Amino acid sequence: MTDEDRPAPPVIRAEAIEALLTEKGLVDAATIDAVIEAYERDIGPMNGAAVVAKAWKDPDYKRRLLDDGTAAIAELGFGGPQGEHIVVVENVPTRHNVVVCTLCSCYPWPVLGLPPAWYKDPAYRSRVVKEPRKLLAEMGLDLAPEVEIRVWDSSAEVRYLVLPEPPADVDARSQSELVQRVTRDAMIGVARIDG
Amino acid sequence: MDGMHDMGGMDGFGSPRVESAEPVFHEPWEARVFAMTMLATAAGVFVTDTFRHAVEQLPPDEYLRRGYYGRWLRALERLLLHAAIITPDEIVAHDPDGEAPITAPPTVPFAAPPSAASPGSLRNIDTPPQFETGQRVLVRSMRPPGHTRLPGYVRGKRGVVERVHPGWVFPDTSAHGLGEEPQYAYAVRFQGVELWGADAERGVSVCVDLFESYLEGDPA
Repeated sequence: MTDEDRPAPPVIRAEAIEALLTEKGLVDAATIDAVIEAYERDIGPMNGAAVVAKAWKDPDYKRRLLDDGTAAIAELGFGGPQGEHIVVVENVPTRHNVVVCTLCSCYPWPVLGLPPAWYKDPAYRSRVVKEPRKLLAEMGLDLAPEVEIRVWDSSAEVRYLVLPEPPADVDARSQSELVQRVTRDAMIGVARIDG
Repeated sequence: MDGMHDMGGMDGFGSPRVESAEPVFHEPWEARVFAMTMLATAAGVFVTDTFRHAVEQLPPDEYLRRGYYGRWLRALERLLLHAAIITPDEIVAHDPDGEAPITAPPTVPFAAPPSAASPGSLRNIDTPPQFETGQRVLVRSMRPPGHTRLPGYVRGKRGVVERVHPGWVFPDTSAHGLGEEPQYAYAVRFQGVELWGADAERGVSVCVDLFESYLEGDPA
């Protein structure tokens, strides 16, 4: 490997770009910090969990959510980049939905935040469309052979959110208790809700 | 373009590495690159389609080696250079030991930077969709040299329209500054055996979101 081939330490290069954009008055550190803070603190899977828990407890909301995901999600105040048009797909005992973006790593940011590393990993992107049953088992989700698997490749601008099956004790739990049970991975479709 | 990014159906990558208690960003520079890209997009320096295409144009080995935000960093730099917002000399002044900036013109021209903040990409279309839910369709076997959102693994394959989506800016033209050319998109469902042959896993189908011009009616 020659010097020319060796990747620059990205930290130096990112600092260089930020310094140049700052010198030119195009960005400032506080604005960058604010964007980062929003995605580290406010925009994450807790938003999707609120949507899912409400759908489990409120049949009218669930109907609206499956009919027009974007509008129903906006009722709870969630929207924004990568959430222009959200479609919610429901997992039922006979059919399991799982989401991927094979071409890049499209993901419903307003409800799930930024994607985890494995979602962006070539291993996930390449295999979940071809051998989802095997891949999901490797990730800890064993589906019975009779359960149909439907993979959603978000290759355009639609963003998908999986409505997981509720836990068995859903009726005995409050909506706020249920929010705590919803996981990011279940809303992507690589896990089920425990219990 | 047929690049490394189009990886649906490839073999050899092993199992995904799943981290527990994963942070949103693994390194501070990743967060800075993410935020600068968001701000540049919001400011109308480039549209998302153009950004995605800049990522796709990384050589395959580099695409894999750099990782997700490493790709973003390289694409952001290239588009800022292309928009003449920064110059190669300025980068070298700040990072004298780093690799050379990409000054070669892109293989297919990038979009010119729009002057105003770019709107979202949903568009109303006056004409009705060409296809309807339940209709059988055939994906055109095409290999556009530039940006496309038509994954390689469904080209030439037969499926059924599962959902009719609204109209959107067409990425294949938008990425290159050739206009919005809005089109309907469709979730088209393909059976596993249609995509992967007789050895495909049982009871599996894949829904892929495809633009109208990628499709034709399937009389079969």
